Amino acid sequence: MSTLRIFNGRIIDPANGRDEKADLWIRDGVIIETPVDGTKADEEIDAKGRIVAPGLIDIHVHFREPGQSHKETIGTGSQAAAAGGFTSVVCMPNTSPAADNAGTITLIREKAATSSVVNIFTTGAITKGLAGQELAPYNAMVGAGIVAITDDGHCVQNHEVMRRAVEYARMFGLVVLDHCQDYSLVGGGVMNEGEWSLRLGLPGWPRIGEEIIVMRNILLADLCDSPIHCQHISSGGSVRLIREARARGVKISGEVCPHHIALTDDHLQTFDSNYKMNPPLRTERDIEAIIGGIADGTLDILCSDHAPHAKYEKEVELDQAPFGILGLETEFGLFSDILVHKKKAIDMARLIELYTSKPAKLLSLDRGTLGVGAQGDVTLIDPDLEWVYDKELSPSLSRNTPFHGTEMKGRAVQTIVAGKTVWSL
Amino acid sequence: MSGWTRKDLLGLDELSAEELRIILDTAKAFKGVGERSLKKVPALRGHTMVNFFVEPSTRTRTSFELAAMRLSADVVNISATASSLQKGESLKDTALNLEALRADIIVLRHSSAGASRFLAERLQASIINAGDGAHEHPTQGLLDIFTMIEKRGSLEGAEVAIIGDILFSRVARSNIYALNKLGAKVTLVGPSTLVPKAFEKLGVKVAHRIDDILETADVVNLLRIQHERQRKEYFPGIGEYIKLFGLTKARAERLKPGCLIMHPGPINRGVEIDSDVADGDRSVILEQVTNGLAVRMAVLYLCAGGVGLPS
Ligand SMILES: [Zn+2]
Ligand SMILES: [Zn+2]
Repeated sequence: MSTLRIFNGRIIDPANGRDEKADLWIRDGVIIETPVDGTKADEEIDAKGRIVAPGLIDIHVHFREPGQSHKETIGTGSQAAAAGGFTSVVCMPNTSPAADNAGTITLIREKAATSSVVNIFTTGAITKGLAGQELAPYNAMVGAGIVAITDDGHCVQNHEVMRRAVEYARMFGLVVLDHCQDYSLVGGGVMNEGEWSLRLGLPGWPRIGEEIIVMRNILLADLCDSPIHCQHISSGGSVRLIREARARGVKISGEVCPHHIALTDDHLQTFDSNYKMNPPLRTERDIEAIIGGIADGTLDILCSDHAPHAKYEKEVELDQAPFGILGLETEFGLFSDILVHKKKAIDMARLIELYTSKPAKLLSLDRGTLGVGAQGDVTLIDPDLEWVYDKELSPSLSRNTPFHGTEMKGRAVQTIVAGKTVWSL
Repeated sequence: MSGWTRKDLLGLDELSAEELRIILDTAKAFKGVGERSLKKVPALRGHTMVNFFVEPSTRTRTSFELAAMRLSADVVNISATASSLQKGESLKDTALNLEALRADIIVLRHSSAGASRFLAERLQASIINAGDGAHEHPTQGLLDIFTMIEKRGSLEGAEVAIIGDILFSRVARSNIYALNKLGAKVTLVGPSTLVPKAFEKLGVKVAHRIDDILETADVVNLLRIQHERQRKEYFPGIGEYIKLFGLTKARAERLKPGCLIMHPGPINRGVEIDSDVADGDRSVILEQVTNGLAVRMAVLYLCAGGVGLPS
């Protein structure tokens, strides 16, 4: 038996409505009541000046195993997660081969069991081969342990197929996650359609390419009375649609990545592929709307869309470069800096809620709480720490990030999974 | 020439009015060279220029080649079909190889916007953008402006209409950026699908009827319309385009007497412009080609830091 006592900290545990100075005890990896008999812990952590939060959860990451382990492995990705304060991540299924069957899911979970320092949850594809045509075998994939389905990286264009997916997933209590992108409207778009795409002569990716699918998902969630979660919302119009639908009781939700509120499309003017994301960076107006959506609860999930790519893959002509950036190590700092400190849109307790109990609830994960009996996943946070990100220190195998050298306020400083410290500053 | 500090010419958006004038003045000096019997100066002797055309264009490539030869540079042509890009080598690797061969100037034509900047940031060699996707075609923009100034004097207050497929046109963008800086008033004319309203953010006017500009334009610059096969979702067909935007003989008669008619070529006779009008006395289409040489000599000379400008 081994015990860990974290003392002197401010416990913020939104799942249990706690915000107080108290000790937190973990025995054999599980959270226990604070002993009243004067028990000595085997290990003690002084959390003075720190927030003791449930381990942070990111429900949208791309670890590149199987198939592209030169970009990231589950092992290196998990270390990047730990370095960002995350104890749990949810992997997207656009691996190679795609995670569209029980065998591949099992392989990923076995790999995770031996190489990951954090909890790895997996998703399965909505359609076979992410091709948007035939449903993947949800029952078998649930048996192999998936927590949701998504074709992320792709978007099911056929509304009938999507409708049946949502209906069928309902039997298994699976939330459908969707990368919202209408192919006919987006075409070869590589950046936000607007003044900058006109100036630069780059093909535009208009907001309505996202909004029309968000609207489709609202209609389907309503029709099927089943939850659909819209991934990486980039457009202010999407926020408005989701807000209206949620007010009517539709089971629709949305998530935000930090780059969509930290950066605008004018960064593409140097043609730097580290600013090429899907969906693309948009404008100040979208940023204001998204922050408004986070502030009023319309959008209550935050994530990274951590998308590692090798240098040689990104170092090409902009229109030929892959979409996406690293995100795990910078997301909490960026959101803390922008939402809590600069814009004062939410407070730190709410930020922690958006990273713990909210994602846990959405995907029914047995995480995101410091309740007695829960797994001892804890993130220690210094809410006011000012720091600068250095990508060269990243444990990730890739370096594709526009946030190298960015100053941020607020940072996770220690990551504890099942009572064991897996990373500390 | 004093005032020029750039290694590369990537686009006209990034140039100041002063830098534009330096190029135009230098081009004027070089135009004289083309009118001599011995059409050659030693300004770039010992320099190697590589014409690297990943997207084919005989006209632009030939113009750069002749410009370089008149400056006594050694010229190597590399086309897409012969290039290793087709064998999967990256643009960066190909460029590093060119640099290892000690190319001093690389003239790049590429289908991706930003491709020339991509090379410029990685290589010692001077990079001249000869057209990058729908982004810019700075030497075409410069030769258009050189021609306008040569014919009219100053561009201050001049009404310039650019007509056609603006959305996909690098020529239009380079024209817009430079014309704005030199004080001209630009109106873009074309179907609403190819001339979206958002272009107004670039400081230009947008019109959707050619008849709106005929009486006021000092210059009409007609862009080539790509075949409908490539553009079928943008307008219904060539017939309708001609009806709405073609510079027909009847329309040309409504133009101001001194109005210049320009086209970057190659022209679709009877589409953007009636054949008679293209060959008429207000058309400066062939002079544009001649001026292209002078402008390209100036650009090569300035970027490569050559010596021996003709007096
Ligand atoms: Zn996605
Ligand atoms: Zn993703």
